[in-house]
Amino acid sequence: MPARKFNALPGFGLTMGVTAFFLTVMVLIPFAGLVIRACGLSWHDFWKLATNARALAAYKLTFSASCFAAIANVIFGTLVAWVLVRYEFPGRRFIDAMVDFPFALPTAVAGLTLANLFTENGWLGKFLVPLGIKGAFTPLGVVIALTFVGMPFVVRTLQPVLEHLEREVEEAAATLGAGRMRTFVSVIAPTLLPSILTGFALAFARAIGEYGSVVFISSNKPFGGEIAPFLIMMRLEQYDYTGAIALAVVLLVFSFILLGIINVLEQWASHFQS
Amino acid sequence: MKWVLITIALAFCMVFLLLPLVNVFAQAFGQGLKAYLNALTDPDSWAAIRLTLIVAAISVPLNVIFGVCAAWAIAKFNFRGKSLLITLIDLPFSVSPVVAGLMFVVLFGMNGFMGPWLQEHPLHLFGKEYPIKIIFAVPGIVLATMFVTFPFVARELIPVMQATGTEQEQAALTLGASGWTTFWHVTLPSVKWGLIYGIILCNARAMGEFGAVSVVSGHIIGRTETMPLRVQSLYEGGSVGSGAAAFAVASLLALLALITLGLKTFLEWKQAREFEHAQQAIMPEKEAGTEFLVQKDFR
Repeated sequence: MPARKFNALPGFGLTMGVTAFFLTVMVLIPFAGLVIRACGLSWHDFWKLATNARALAAYKLTFSASCFAAIANVIFGTLVAWVLVRYEFPGRRFIDAMVDFPFALPTAVAGLTLANLFTENGWLGKFLVPLGIKGAFTPLGVVIALTFVGMPFVVRTLQPVLEHLEREVEEAAATLGAGRMRTFVSVIAPTLLPSILTGFALAFARAIGEYGSVVFISSNKPFGGEIAPFLIMMRLEQYDYTGAIALAVVLLVFSFILLGIINVLEQWASHFQS
Repeated sequence: MKWVLITIALAFCMVFLLLPLVNVFAQAFGQGLKAYLNALTDPDSWAAIRLTLIVAAISVPLNVIFGVCAAWAIAKFNFRGKSLLITLIDLPFSVSPVVAGLMFVVLFGMNGFMGPWLQEHPLHLFGKEYPIKIIFAVPGIVLATMFVTFPFVARELIPVMQATGTEQEQAALTLGASGWTTFWHVTLPSVKWGLIYGIILCNARAMGEFGAVSVVSGHIIGRTETMPLRVQSLYEGGSVGSGAAAFAVASLLALLALITLGLKTFLEWKQAREFEHAQQAIMPEKEAGTEFLVQKDFR
């Protein structure tokens, strides 16, 4: 019995007490408050507040932009992870460290500098705006900001899996006459798939809740420029608390569904690694 | 093929990771060094810098106390509901920062559960009345910051503490050391890099948090603006030079991000090396492991 074995160490009561106290005050009570307020709404009112036209437009932008951003993350993230694990080249360690940069950079700064880069006079906008690609204050800008913020997820989920991938299996496939493409599609891709999906789900989940970087680069106009967290903010500024709570509940429900999916995916992925 | 892939990956990282960073400093110094220093010494920006430091100085140590306790209980003992506890600790990571801020408005705002009560019960100190304000004041900012940074320290410490096991602590206790002595001289040294790692990540997020703080702060210039909020109000200010001033404040936050990344990379290297040494010491015949004890992500 492992429980017996551990009993010799002191401090369980104290540390567990402190943990329970912090958890209750910082997480459980705030959560309960929101849930109680949400339960105070009748189902009819909730539905009206959560699905009015402006809210639906906000969900549409949030989910579509998050989805595009997560897809972009999968494509470039897989490529970056592959290159970092498989190849040796000058600056590899630097790039490896830089991958975490979007995590370390405060979201407000990310939004500020990305918006600036894609405006007409910005370093990238100078070339892109004449081509008709407007990154600042458009839905495309939202996708750009969300891609930046979610960048590290796919890379960091894939890296350990790629490192553990057995070269022998690929070599066997090659010996059996499979071409490079064939080896990738039928040997490597199936092993990576669960991790790629996990990375996608992580990036998507992060993108749905993201606020800081998007407010700077989006037009923030109702119907087409507002993301769901921004609309919550608007409702609060108009002292429409019930409206804000209804939207928050919808976001929370989606976050928890995604959390569940991520857990299942991670378990699936861990089967491939052992 | 190899070099094509490397080129695309490098180009992507340059445009998407390096360019935004360089742009922050280019824009911040675009009007010259004098304008940059003026922007930073502006009293309202200075107040924002001070508030950011104060908020981090309160919320990070509290989260360290929580993180160390939670890691000790979870890593060193077996009990029912452990995985539920871990899920609950991780919960703040899955909540949108704006929703997190909203939770505290619901609790302490004027229309919230505690708001009216707090207003009727000011603090009496030395015969004077002090109104307790949480929302649109510093306490709310601290609470929101603590919520979003809640899991960081615990998350980094739990795997490191689990990996070290309990044999060393039990040996110390058998030799007559007290619980505290064992913790200070046995446990803490063996997890110190993981702890520092967690503190660095926690601090970076605490100083840079925007969404949750934005909801509870009220944006009172010079009083409840943290640095990220100051960046926003300067950016939206629209007066001459306020754009560059926004970048000047942002450059400090970008510098913080760079320092964080540098320390993080150093700690990962350090821990990987110590882990190898430890493995060679225990099992010299076995090839040193390359596994990292620290998790590489900080969501």
